[in-house]
Amino acid sequence: MRSDGPNKTADSLDPGGKSPGSLWKASAAAQLADVIANTAINTEYRHLIVRCGGPAMQAVPGQFFQLLCPQPAGEQPYLRRPMSLYGVDPNAGTVEFLYKIAGAGTRGLATLQVGDRLDIMGPLGVGFTLDPAWKNIVAVGRGAGLATLAPLAVAARQRNIAMTAIFSARKPDLVLSVELFEAQNARVMPVTDLEGTSGPAHVELLLRGLIADGRCDAFFTCGSSRLLRVQQRLALEFGLPGQVALEQQMACGLGVCYCCVRDFNIGGEIVHRRVCWDGPVFDLLEAIP
Amino acid sequence: MIDLSVRVGSMTLANPVMPASGTFAEGLDRVIDFDRLGAVVTKTITRELRTGNPLPRVVERPGGVINAIGIPSKGVPYFFKETLPYYARYRVPLVVSISAPTAEGFANLAAELSEMPGVTAIEANISCPNIEEDGKAFAMRPGSTETVVKALRTATKLPLWVKLTPNTGDLPEVARAAEAAGADALVVANTILAMSIDLATFRPSLGNIMGGLSGPAIKPIVLRQVYQCARAARVPIIGCGGIATAEDAAEYMLAGATAVQVGTATFVQPDALIAVIDGLAKFCEKHDITRVSELTGAIRTDEADEADLAWVSPPQ
Repeated sequence: MRSDGPNKTADSLDPGGKSPGSLWKASAAAQLADVIANTAINTEYRHLIVRCGGPAMQAVPGQFFQLLCPQPAGEQPYLRRPMSLYGVDPNAGTVEFLYKIAGAGTRGLATLQVGDRLDIMGPLGVGFTLDPAWKNIVAVGRGAGLATLAPLAVAARQRNIAMTAIFSARKPDLVLSVELFEAQNARVMPVTDLEGTSGPAHVELLLRGLIADGRCDAFFTCGSSRLLRVQQRLALEFGLPGQVALEQQMACGLGVCYCCVRDFNIGGEIVHRRVCWDGPVFDLLEAIP
Repeated sequence: MIDLSVRVGSMTLANPVMPASGTFAEGLDRVIDFDRLGAVVTKTITRELRTGNPLPRVVERPGGVINAIGIPSKGVPYFFKETLPYYARYRVPLVVSISAPTAEGFANLAAELSEMPGVTAIEANISCPNIEEDGKAFAMRPGSTETVVKALRTATKLPLWVKLTPNTGDLPEVARAAEAAGADALVVANTILAMSIDLATFRPSLGNIMGGLSGPAIKPIVLRQVYQCARAARVPIIGCGGIATAEDAAEYMLAGATAVQVGTATFVQPDALIAVIDGLAKFCEKHDITRVSELTGAIRTDEADEADLAWVSPPQ
């Protein structure tokens, strides 16, 4: 249990009730979720499954949750940590996250045991949109960015949209979730630093091939500025649409504090957008890598 | 049934709990019902468009965060076109936080806001540590405080709340100056000027180098300042600094606060404001106090020999 801030208790699951006669209704909430699994899937990444029901079940691909991470020994993460949705199953009441242990928050997450409870707030932000006119999409992800694209593979299959996924990682054993994507009939093309296949030039060749084959009606990407640039160039050259999920340090997660702003190019003008509120999914061409 | 209402000058609030400016915006309506609050306080608006400070803008420290957001502002027309109409759907009193680089700027903005229906009160943020060089602000000195509050008082008939800085050596003197110049209430206080350095890179943690510390870490300091200001001034004090629970709020009221603002806690628990309201009612029930307003200034500094607190809320 955390000691330095307000903690949820089991009887505070209700987000505070409403005023008399009010028509207001919560569309996001901080909920206590039961940890179902928290397992290492390779040397760097862990897969967390929690059960909670409630507003969390409305989560769509590209949205995120703010997790109130347990405090690991000797560290005191104070703020919540944003974590993109890896999967949601309303029938089972579960939400899934895929995370890399990188700091105090994720070190805290790694201490979670089955049966523990985790306070998750969400779903938050603007997710991906799939145009029903698209028949083939391309997802390009690197590192943990693949986790963000995974639920998109599920959504695409539900809409009979074929997905080709280019997975980029430092080495082959860090390529994540191939089975998950393949189970959704996605075609997976891994590229790695170790094999010398992950450079922008080679990925551009692969993408040009997919475009020539008519397999790319739109780009979806997360996790690499270099690969974002490549896709922006190709999107302009071929007049293709695209969406990018971006990361940024956050505090509130609800568009309140303006901690997570980034620069965007909106019609030639450079403007700030809040990643937590206006995104985290943005138009491919408006993002500035 | 506990009477949670409090009077802040001429205003009666349904309960003493409201957000601290900068930690509240429309997006929170996804999580809480604004009409349950004592009041809402907007993010500070300025006449000029402001993009805010360079990133990173927030760094967490044990028990709190240091921020140097720098008051991004979309300006007054946006506020009139989007923000004011948004809040019109709620019954809750709307307190608009304002800032300006000069006393005249403060006065002009207050005058313009006073013409607008829907604005219940003005909170003059004369204490943001992030928008003037080296954390200087009007509220650092009694003289500059008096100048700006006088200008504001002339410009508006709306209830005028003045938000003071904890970063001055003589806060009670500044509080007296604000009161003498016509403030209807004092918000004590803003964030505490602070900084932090990344030991991996030897670089400051914040893009702005310095920022303002908030959260539970600062509560004992600001609580002391509320106690001092409540003794120095007769106008109501609104306590603001590290409040995360109803117990924190009760402590501030005992020290002399009439109402409280909850800020950084909302970033950890988005329904912290509601939890504080419900918790205050429970706190009063537990102590046989029928009106929450009776907590204000009820700190015991005498050497009373009876342990019970019956005197706080004598039977009617």
